[in-house]
Amino acid sequence: MWKWFHQFASPQHVYRLAGQWMPWLFGLAVVGLVVGTYGGLVRAPVDYQQKDAFRIIYVHVPSAYLSMLAYVVMAIASVIGLVWRMKLAHAVAVSAAPIGASFTFLALATGSLWGKPMWGTWWEWSDPRMMTELLLLFMYLGYMALRSSIEDRNRADRAGAVLAIVGVVNVVLIHYSVEWWSSLHQGQTVMNDDAVMPASMLTPLLINIVSFSLFFGALLFSRLRSEVLMRERNARWVRRLVNDSAAGSQKVERHA
Amino acid sequence: MHEFFAMSGYATYVWGSFGLTFAVLIANWWFAVRKHQATLQRLRRQNTAPDAAPASVVREVVT
Repeated sequence: MWKWFHQFASPQHVYRLAGQWMPWLFGLAVVGLVVGTYGGLVRAPVDYQQKDAFRIIYVHVPSAYLSMLAYVVMAIASVIGLVWRMKLAHAVAVSAAPIGASFTFLALATGSLWGKPMWGTWWEWSDPRMMTELLLLFMYLGYMALRSSIEDRNRADRAGAVLAIVGVVNVVLIHYSVEWWSSLHQGQTVMNDDAVMPASMLTPLLINIVSFSLFFGALLFSRLRSEVLMRERNARWVRRLVNDSAAGSQKVERHA
Repeated sequence: MHEFFAMSGYATYVWGSFGLTFAVLIANWWFAVRKHQATLQRLRRQNTAPDAAPASVVREVVT
């Protein structure tokens, strides 16, 4: 157990492990995205209320789910980084932020594209779900801006971590916003006992949610590797790795 | 076939959503790969340059 934990604190080990997992996560994600998207666009029956517009759910819900998951990953990594002073955890948090921001943007944009034909408006300023999701985008951007404004990496790690942890409140608000306040936004789809989706509609959605998560994992690992290299640039293993890749085996390194 | 692309009149919204989503997913992957290559290149230059500044001085790659 100790040894296991110790290995996870070793940047070199994590760099290698992330490099091994990345292509698998990426490959599975691509296969899943093809299957899930095909299922959502072609196989799933037309919704009797929303007609074909409901199919936006197959990209909107996974995006929204990942916008929150990425934030939770960032916040948990920040807690670990602050409490156990584990630098690697901060590297995870940094890597998750830009990916999370892009999923938040997607959730807002696809929501807007869904809102126009269904509610008659692209955007509603008074809506709690939309406002909390927009705030999430600002949390990500604020986190990245705060970090880049601090020269010293350790201070940037700590300040960023505090901001990330405080922002978890907003993720809770996003989740319950459709229950606590009246919202244009419809309620839960996946875990709703009153309105059960038929399997042909639900399965592609679940496949896409899993695929988006795998894709997020692949992206996170890729960014984490870059971050680890930069942070450990004076370590002997990084110098050796960089030199090896300079000696003509660049292609090997990229996939190693 | 035509019916499929028409999406019962919601073609712009449905195809717009899917197109945008996959564009962002692909861009994400592209940026991550490019960042890793840029990081390696930067560290490589720093290692090979004879009068290289100490590694700690080299500023980080953004994005």
